[in-house]
Parts: sequence; structure tokens; C-alpha cells
Amino acid sequence: MPGTAARLARVEGQRPNGLIPFITAGDPDLETTGELILALDRAGAAVLELGVPFSDPMADGPVIQRASERALKNRVSVSDCLALAGQARRECSLPIVLFSYLNPLLSFGLERLAEEMSESRIEGLLVTDLTPEESGAVTPAFRARGIDVIFLAAPTSTDDRLELISRAASGFIYAVSRTGVTGVQENLSEAARQLAGRIRRFSSLPVAVGFGVSRPEQVREVWQFADAAVVGSALVREIEQRRGQADLVKRVTDFFRWLKEGSEG
Amino acid sequence: MANQSTRSHQPTGPSLRSDPDALGHFGEYGGRFVPETLMRALEELTSQFLRARHDPEFLAENGALLRHYSGRPTPLFFARRLTERCGGARIYLKREDLNHTGAHKINNAIGQILLARRMGKHRIIAETGAGQHGVATATVCALMGLQCVVYMGSEDMRRQELNVFRMRLLGAEVRAVGAGSRTLKDAINEALRDWVTNVESTYYLLGSALGPHPYPLIVREFQSIIGRETRGQIMEAEGKLPDALVACVGGGSNAIGLFHEFLDEPGIRMVGVEAGGMGPALGQHASRFDGGRVGVLQGTRSFILQDGQGQIASTHSISAGLDYAAVGPEHALLHDLGRVEYARAGDDEAIEAFQLLSRLEGIIPALESAHAVAHTLKMAPSMSAREILIVNLSGRGDKDVQTVADRLAADPIAGAF
Repeated sequence: MPGTAARLARVEGQRPNGLIPFITAGDPDLETTGELILALDRAGAAVLELGVPFSDPMADGPVIQRASERALKNRVSVSDCLALAGQARRECSLPIVLFSYLNPLLSFGLERLAEEMSESRIEGLLVTDLTPEESGAVTPAFRARGIDVIFLAAPTSTDDRLELISRAASGFIYAVSRTGVTGVQENLSEAARQLAGRIRRFSSLPVAVGFGVSRPEQVREVWQFADAAVVGSALVREIEQRRGQADLVKRVTDFFRWLKEGSEG
Repeated sequence: MANQSTRSHQPTGPSLRSDPDALGHFGEYGGRFVPETLMRALEELTSQFLRARHDPEFLAENGALLRHYSGRPTPLFFARRLTERCGGARIYLKREDLNHTGAHKINNAIGQILLARRMGKHRIIAETGAGQHGVATATVCALMGLQCVVYMGSEDMRRQELNVFRMRLLGAEVRAVGAGSRTLKDAINEALRDWVTNVESTYYLLGSALGPHPYPLIVREFQSIIGRETRGQIMEAEGKLPDALVACVGGGSNAIGLFHEFLDEPGIRMVGVEAGGMGPALGQHASRFDGGRVGVLQGTRSFILQDGQGQIASTHSISAGLDYAAVGPEHALLHDLGRVEYARAGDDEAIEAFQLLSRLEGIIPALESAHAVAHTLKMAPSMSAREILIVNLSGRGDKDVQTVADRLAADPIAGAF
């Protein structure tokens, strides 16, 4: 099993413990993002989701919107993200999934993107506004090079849709914990548990649960019914609050460790 | 983006008036590019709409509201003095400005509010640029007793203060959007975020022929009454079909509403007029067919103003309703097929047309519609006196009076016009 799926696969007799950090490339700057990737790898990240900034992130809440804005102010391009991820992959073995919207990728060129991702050994791609129905012209270039194309599943997805998603997906399935944009919330909904159970009826891929994960007890809760938890906005908020501080990387990594180790304890 | 198997639209086929394919593709354009969370809602909306459009009860109620509430049919008015001034084609104005609330937007709002009610939704959200769609939505929500939230860019709220007040008077909550360029695009982002969050309870009443399927089809259907009425009216007035149709194109709803009826009449020339703004540089205008590239924005594939990195460009137009980075997907197809020509009119030309129509015909047009009038001033003189040109006067200009007054005060030469 290649790439991201292997990192998230359940091991017989062991409890799942995957934790997937999301950070935006170039927030606060590319150099810091590079350091963060290596530090998060050392802190035990299972897979890293690297946000490729887009001007109109319609599925994101204010925290990640602001991160995209900061990155775009730094003029971060798809090329920059590829170079950043490629460099990180030379220095560590943490699988990286590029996380973006379709338009900047189309503008870059899908074939070229697949080629450069393959050269840089970047394992996966998740496009927030790409549904299985529209993916026919997108996925082949990536699948042909062994790159995972990851799709979202939502509490509102019907069984028919979960089947469609399962057929299109590789790597893992990203279960959205609730209806809504990305952001921090106090309680993970029961909807996430039910959704993970429904996905299992259609797919044997690992299931990662995201949107709203910000505390160790939530991570622990997710591990009861899914293979991994994604922590995005809570981590990006740490980055935002530590901007300009010399120990940003350490502080953000400490937060990630607190989430992971607090959940394992 | 469509698979070959999902492409049923035949550009070379017998009719340009057919529906998009089952996934909403107009040729290579359109489709559904949204977060998965919205897909079920879009599927439900599609099936509800496809049933409603053939349901006699739905059509009767829709027709009655259009007639008794909005005041349809709107007149087709022969603009004698404008015709004399241009010295060419006989110019008719389709008076959508005479609808209740002052623009064509109410045609779609009535149809969609009936859909929302059928679907049992009690909370309605909408985006608005010039405020006309927001006012139309607030109006039908008041009529039906439904909760209404309208997202509007803070720059547009400044430009269209009167409409903000109207919406609030009608009981709607207007939420300012301060992100990005603070215009229509940003309002749509925020409306989509609201919808993703409240999708179970909320109906998104989208106002133009854009966004994910089925919106471009729904909006076309509810706006195409403009063209159907026009056909009967021009036959009655002139005994023949028009030679040319002109309409402004922001998202493209008033244009497709006029054009759709006539797309299979090869003898009729059609022109969509985009906002030329202050000039041809990226960021200075909203001419998607003249400076845009194919891409995906806010649920649909179409021509989009963007930079070399695929980031959406800022746009400019003196008219908030045309100030948008993408164009409806069916227009993209009609552009590629050469069936509709797309032209541009700049801010100054629109201001001039705004004043000219006011003085020659006693009709103050919306600044959006003034772009169509501006193009007519260029086009009509090159046509013969036997030919007929119909302009869609999509809205009235009361909302724009302050903008124009400020502009003329700042520019004494234009003011002396």
C-alpha cells in the first residue's frame, strides 16, 4: 500500500493514532513552513496537509482564510508550494498531501502538477471544490503516477454519494465532521461517528476526520471510530498568534504534541 | 471537466435552447465544483426544480405572482427620440425596470421562493451586488413570511446605500462582507459558507445565471419570460422579429432571459455588453471575454478574470451589478459558438448613456442597463431604418442617482454633457 494509506492503515491489535496537521504554505513565510513540516514530522504527524493558498477559499472559515491571505501577500505560488514540499520530502519521510481549490491548479496545469508532484515524491492531492462527478478529467494524471487523490465525504452525503466517493478515492477518505466551513468547535458531532461508520460500508481506505478538531479529548474521540484526526484551524490559529515570535516553530509543535500525546495518554 | 459520457449538449445540434446535461454542463462549461457538503442539496434542488417546471399548479402560482405582484407583462416601448438620435435601427426598450422592485431580478426571486417553499425551507439566504437581487429576495421573503439574510460586499453597500435601506425596511438582515474586494464575488463566498453551514434549514436563492448546477438553468428558466413576452410584443408592434438584441452581462441573467427565446433564430444578432470599467488593464474592468481565461470559480467552469497564478483578479465597474470576475457558463458556451457577441462599455460611456436616456426618453436606467444602452448608441447607427434593435432595460436607475451625481460633481466636463 503506497503513500498516505500505508501511514494511516490500521495495525492489527493496535489502536489507531493518526494525527494529521494542516498548515498553509507561506504562512507566515515559506522558510517557517519548511521548518514546521520537519518539526511536525518529528512530533509524530502521520501525514501533512499542506494548504496551497487561493484567493477565494469558499469552504474555509476565517482562520484559514486569513492564513491564505497572508500567504498570498507573500506571493506564494503553486511552484513555491511544490518546491517547499519537495525540499521537505528530501529531508524527511512524512507523506505530504497538497490541499487546495481547483482554479490555481488548473492554471498551473494538471499534467505538469502531477509530473512535478511525482518528481518531488509528494504523495497526495485534495481539492476542496472537486467532486467525484467532475474528477474524471483530473484524477488520471495523478493516479497514473501513484499520487493519491483524496475526496471529502460529508454528513450530508447520501449512500449513493459515499459509494461514488469511495470509487473515486485513493489514499484515505476525509470525513467532514459536520456541515460547515473549516474552524474550531467545542464538540464533535455524533454525525462524524455515524459518517465514519457509513463510509466503512463502501470503502476499505483509512478514514480521517477533520473540521473542528482542537482538543486532545476530541482527537481521542475520533480515534475510537476513525483512523486519524485532522487538526487545521486550531494549529493555524497558533501560527497566527505566534507570528513574529522567535519560538513560533517550537510553540506550534508543542501544541501539536499536546494534542497527540494528550490523546494517547 | 466533464467526462465524455456526461456530455450530452450538442453545440452543432438542432437547438441552442436545450438544457445542459444532467450534471449541468453547457459544452465544457458549468458543472458543479463545490464542497461535498453541498452536493445533496444541489441534487435535491435539481430534482425539485425539474418537477416544478412542469407542474401546472406551480406554474399557475408563479404566473399569477408575476402578473399581479410584479406587474408583468412589462411593456416593450418604442424609443422614438433615441431612434432619431441614433439615425439607424428602430430601437425598442424591454421595460424590465417597470417590474415591482425595479429590475428583472424579481422574476427569478418569485420562481425560487416558490421552490424554497415547496422544499419546506424557512430560512433564505442570498448574495447581492447592486442590491437589486437582494431587494427582490427580501421582497419575496416578506411576501411569504420567510426569514431572509442577504450578504453584500461592504464596498457595494457604500455604492448602493438606498438598496441596503430598502432590504432592511423589508425585514431582511443585511450582512456586510469585508473580505477581498468587498463586492459581489466576496458576497457569494460568504453566502456559500453560510449555506455549507446551514444547508439543512436554508435555501440559497442565487440571483444570477452562475454558480453550480442547477442555478444557471433555474435562473435562465425563470428569466426567459423576458424573451417570451418580447417575441409576442414585437410581432404585435412590427409584425416581424427583431434584427438585434442587446443586454448587459454581469453574471448574465437578464441577457440570457432575453436571448434564450431567440437562440434558434439565426437571423437575430445578439450582443452581451460587459463592463469595460476604466480601461483594459487587469483589475480595471469586468470584461471576462476580453482578458479572462477558462477556470473554475464559485461552483462553475467559465471565463474568469484571474492572474497568471490562477488567483482571482479584482474587478472594477461603476455599476456594482456588472462588477464580477466570472460570467455565467451558458454565456461562455454561446461565446465559443459565436452565437452571441460580447462587447464592452466603459464607465464613462455608461454615465453618458445614463444621462442621454434620461433626457431623451424620460427613463432613468440602472447603471448596469446603461451599459447596454451605451452599446446601442454605437450599434444602432450602423443598422438600417428598417431594422429593429431591442435593448433589455434590466433595471431602473433610482439606486444609482447618487453615484452619478458624485461622479458628475467630480468631473465638470462630463457634467456639462
